[in-house]
Amino acid sequence: MTISIDGEAAPATAEDFLNRPPTVAQRVHSVLHRQPALSPAVVLILAGVAFGLLNSRFYHLQNLSLVAQQVAVVGALAAGQTLVILTAGIDLSIGAVMVLSSLVMSKLVFDQHLPGAAALLVGAAIAILAQAVNGLLVTRIKLPPFIVTLGTLSVFTAVTLIYAKGQTVTLQPGAFLLWTGNTVSLGALHLTYGVLLMIGLYIVIGFALRYTAWGRHLYAVGDDAEASRLAGISVNRVLLSAYMVAGLAIAVAAWILVGRVGGGDPNSGLNANLESITAVVIGGTSLFGGRGAVLGSLIGALIVQVFDNGLALAGLDPNYQVLAVGLLVIAAVSVDQWIRSVKA
Amino acid sequence: MTQKAFPILEARGLVKLFGRVVGLDDVDLALYPGEVLAVIGDNGAGKSTLIKCLSGALVPDRGGILVNGAEVQFKRPQDARDAGIETVYQNLAVAPALDIASNLFLAREIRRKGPLGSVLRMLDTGEMKRQSADNIKRLGISTLQNIGQAVETLSGGQRQAVAVARAAAFGSKVVILDEPTAALGVRETAQVLRLVRDLRANGLAVILISHNMPNVFEVADRIHIQRLGACAGVITPKTHSMEDAVAIMTGARKLERT
Repeated sequence: MTISIDGEAAPATAEDFLNRPPTVAQRVHSVLHRQPALSPAVVLILAGVAFGLLNSRFYHLQNLSLVAQQVAVVGALAAGQTLVILTAGIDLSIGAVMVLSSLVMSKLVFDQHLPGAAALLVGAAIAILAQAVNGLLVTRIKLPPFIVTLGTLSVFTAVTLIYAKGQTVTLQPGAFLLWTGNTVSLGALHLTYGVLLMIGLYIVIGFALRYTAWGRHLYAVGDDAEASRLAGISVNRVLLSAYMVAGLAIAVAAWILVGRVGGGDPNSGLNANLESITAVVIGGTSLFGGRGAVLGSLIGALIVQVFDNGLALAGLDPNYQVLAVGLLVIAAVSVDQWIRSVKA
Repeated sequence: MTQKAFPILEARGLVKLFGRVVGLDDVDLALYPGEVLAVIGDNGAGKSTLIKCLSGALVPDRGGILVNGAEVQFKRPQDARDAGIETVYQNLAVAPALDIASNLFLAREIRRKGPLGSVLRMLDTGEMKRQSADNIKRLGISTLQNIGQAVETLSGGQRQAVAVARAAAFGSKVVILDEPTAALGVRETAQVLRLVRDLRANGLAVILISHNMPNVFEVADRIHIQRLGACAGVITPKTHSMEDAVAIMTGARKLERT
């Protein structure tokens, strides 16, 4: 309340109320509003502290290296999934496309004796093409992304199984495609090239989302497609590009997958579709589009992996990890609703 | 009012149907440089449909649009913008999660100079913020203080100010305002009306859609009255009163052709 010295009327009560100092909840809200990756980061740190107390081996660099290697495939996939979810879409077929792409890469080398680099390019092209199909169905036929990718999930899975004829492909040790599985040591930290590749992918996508017009348009379209159209954005082009760039991320994930399983396995990555969505949601990106950060998805993927690893080290039933992840998903979406509902 | 000049924007015989519903029925409209043309009409009279055709948000079923006497085809809002026509839509085409500067420059972002911009396509956020602040200051919009604020944290009037600022900053020939004062308080309404006069003083042509008769009669040079999808006549505040305008708008009186 400000009462002036010369006895003039105090400002209107409503205005006074409006300008009152923000409460703690409002401050938290406004910070989360600007930094959607913050709450998953806090969860990751708390989980790290808890599991470290339960078993000090959790902090051994060897163990942390293992976590990083295990997270690489889903992490790369989640980077692509983030793009689609930012446009208020969802990609249920993302894991199926990855397995198809990884199988194409391996089989071209194994059956057709193509050079590894050529096989990689063809496999990547298949992933981008498959995502273009998803994107065109969403933009041209105007189908909801959920339905489109539910359909193509079955289609791509079937194509993979038919193409594989029920066989797994094991590549010769030292093959170019297995490079992503090779270890690179940074002191006591033993990462794979696949992990570095995934980190590179996050840097590229993070840069594009934050510093380019394309990234800004992606957020705008996910936020309000009609307003974006009226503002002069080619909404369909932005949507299609989101699916196709996600295809590029899938290709990277496929290459990492080949390095991890030593070739092509039609039954690998069965849960990758949902795991990538889980990572994105826990990472604070809104399923309603237009809000979130790709870094959050990496943190989300790490949280899932850290729970898996930490509970095993603590000697607890691994089913608690499934339980914990489920609760985290619900908590993350609740936080998102809160962030969206209250206006700062 | 410069009637002798050539119309900068002209619509001839616009027809737009939505299924069986007639949106526009053979509507002509002429807009001259440096004038404020108000478009009034009851709900469903076709005001918004008319300006959506002029701004490229809708494609008319029949009829032509001319800019500076040359026939144009607006298939997308971007086409109209490229022709120098900026629009503030009634439903405020702003992206809520983006900040004010990003919204002002949405779909016409500035890239950095040098390889950072040309190769990495990096945005020059600093420059966009600086120009946004300049524009908002130049337009005298005092309600927007923090240019980095997300639009969803703004009040309705402030959002309106963002949309108006965007149109005013980039419109080179025509600025179309669809109900720009509907969500505003008295002080903000006065600001928008002053802005409309400023735009006219700078030689721009303004189309103002409004329900507010006092506002319309305060700033408009001519008033285009829509009724049941058709143009019921064009009057001026000098020759007709507000009562006349309302009577023509509601069909209580027919305008005698002069």
